[in-house]
Amino acid sequence: MFSMDKKNIQSKMLSYRDAICEATVQEMKRDKNVFVYGIDIADHKGIFGTTAGLAEKFGAKRSFSTPLCEEALVGFGLGSALAGLRPINVHMRIDFLLLAMNQLSNMVSSWHYGSGGQMKVPMVIRAVIGRGWGQSYQHNKSMQSVFAHIPGLKVVMPTTPEDAKGLLITAIRDDNPVLIIEHRWLYDAIDKVPARQEPMPFGKAHVLRRGKDITVVATSWMNVEALRAAEVLARRGVEIEIVDPRTLVPLDEKTIVRSVQKTKRCIVADYDWGFCGFGAEIAARVSEKCFGVLRAPVGRIHFADTPCPCTRPLEMVFYPGAETIIREVERQLKLTPTDLTKENFYSYERKFKGPF
Amino acid sequence: MKSELSIKLYKALYLVRASEQAIIAHYLEDDMKTPMHMSMGGEAISVGVCHALGKDAQVFSSYRSHAVYLARTGEADTFFAELYGKRTGNAKGKAGSMHLSAPSAGFFGASAIVASTLPLAVGAAFANIYKKKKTIAATFFGDGAVDEGVFWESLNMSAALGIPALFVYEDNGLAVHNPKERRHGYRSLDAIVSKFECTVIEEKSTDVEKIYAATQKAMRLLQKNKRPVFLSTQYYRYLEHVGINTDFDVGYRGRKEFDVWEKHDPVKLQRARLIRQGLSESKILGIEKDIEQAIAGAVRKAQRAPFPANAELYQDVFYG
Repeated sequence: MFSMDKKNIQSKMLSYRDAICEATVQEMKRDKNVFVYGIDIADHKGIFGTTAGLAEKFGAKRSFSTPLCEEALVGFGLGSALAGLRPINVHMRIDFLLLAMNQLSNMVSSWHYGSGGQMKVPMVIRAVIGRGWGQSYQHNKSMQSVFAHIPGLKVVMPTTPEDAKGLLITAIRDDNPVLIIEHRWLYDAIDKVPARQEPMPFGKAHVLRRGKDITVVATSWMNVEALRAAEVLARRGVEIEIVDPRTLVPLDEKTIVRSVQKTKRCIVADYDWGFCGFGAEIAARVSEKCFGVLRAPVGRIHFADTPCPCTRPLEMVFYPGAETIIREVERQLKLTPTDLTKENFYSYERKFKGPF
Repeated sequence: MKSELSIKLYKALYLVRASEQAIIAHYLEDDMKTPMHMSMGGEAISVGVCHALGKDAQVFSSYRSHAVYLARTGEADTFFAELYGKRTGNAKGKAGSMHLSAPSAGFFGASAIVASTLPLAVGAAFANIYKKKKTIAATFFGDGAVDEGVFWESLNMSAALGIPALFVYEDNGLAVHNPKERRHGYRSLDAIVSKFECTVIEEKSTDVEKIYAATQKAMRLLQKNKRPVFLSTQYYRYLEHVGINTDFDVGYRGRKEFDVWEKHDPVKLQRARLIRQGLSESKILGIEKDIEQAIAGAVRKAQRAPFPANAELYQDVFYG
């Protein structure tokens, strides 16, 4: 679908998880100061396979499991970065990374600034969003707006395998702290990925699908839902344009604004809570920059503003999906509701497998 | 040789003491707009450790870091410039008293969030063994820090993974105004830490040369044992938690305690040693005068230096 953006270079089909693993291996080979550590990153599961085989390839010095001490782990990475290494710290659920909020918001994000620019922090933190099969309220968070709120942190949410690879390479080579938030359902997605991946610039949104009727700015998994919504809507002649910012910090406002100026309508489908969220930020910016051309107020799609419940029926209400997007598009375009009774939307049992 | 070191250490102690006296003299002018957590009383620990560690070390500290900064850099110009919030400060005035750093002098930063630099020292120590360097990474922290979870996390992590970080515990018995007897659910921290895969060295003296020697021992053991060292030291905080005043009259401690400790004042002890070594009173006065003049000059320069331009606010949020 968005392969129109791809250059004609040698590529192969690769899963999102393998793309992450390949990027890590490529960079560890390139730079001996890159190392990977975290809770259970070197066990037989290897963080959903994303760190599989690193210890065997590079030894325990460069890839090791640690005690359970999130704050110390992030501070450890900061100290090692100040002393010349390029750490990659992996957290199996972002909910646990919250234990290190002190290090992220008081230390890691401020050390360069607080030293008058004398010290730098080349550090990558990867954190995983969980979902499905009763993950409930402590294994499901994403909270990108909270992290993006903190000056000094770059925040990345790759959607496609190619983005996962290219953006991780860029993150590792960046001399600033970068938080990469990965949705675990995306690990299964398979798509074309260049064999020799170049770094992918931060601050450059990805137009996943071209369309003339309405712009949907989507983050992480919501891009998959948006693509599914586009498929359904296309059948009745409605063409939505999907813009994946890919990096929240730095943000490619220009591409979003350009798209909305063309379609004159905007929905933000953010994979997070709504209140004070990334969707609100985009809605404010779009309203400011496209005030004269907007034909409707910017719509916001997000989690219910509640903790995530365990039980399946309530979980289904908690998460927005393709259907939510379709209904919001219909509302903005004043269309009659599409009959969705025969549609098969993504769920835990029916995960998206790609290609994009 | 011995007396040369004694003089060097005395100069360093005196630089810290006289700098803080200059802060006291000028603070009420209200031009140094930064919360001062004074080192006074604890100078021997910062000076003894920093001098023994040498130039290559990577040192982290708590917010009570005036002594560490001055011991690492050996000069007061950038120190006062930073306290006055001036462009000529090491962090262009953005750090102030609580976030001092001087990376070129091996001072990798201080944090106002209690205990939060401990894991940084573990990370830096890891980087040193990773790069097969003999550089030592150390962090200073007070008695409040050991109440924090990240103290135990850092200690455990370095002990479990065999990372030779130097933990310098500066016990003044207080966290803000709360004595350790009311905060610790155990009797002896040293005894507990010694149960970890960690070497404990106790040196409770305010004698800078004893601290210096204990640090040298710590350095040998860090290299030999490939595990952390917990250097347990003790001092008395002369002034209030934050600010330039004494607070013996507010109820949580009394002046009598101070009188006992003041007999072992680190600056006095080292001065007495120089006299015993045969250095004349006038020579010592000369040393002191030179330092006082340098400090007066540093204060003057800082007062006259320009503030950073407004555009500086947005500089260095990100590198590059």
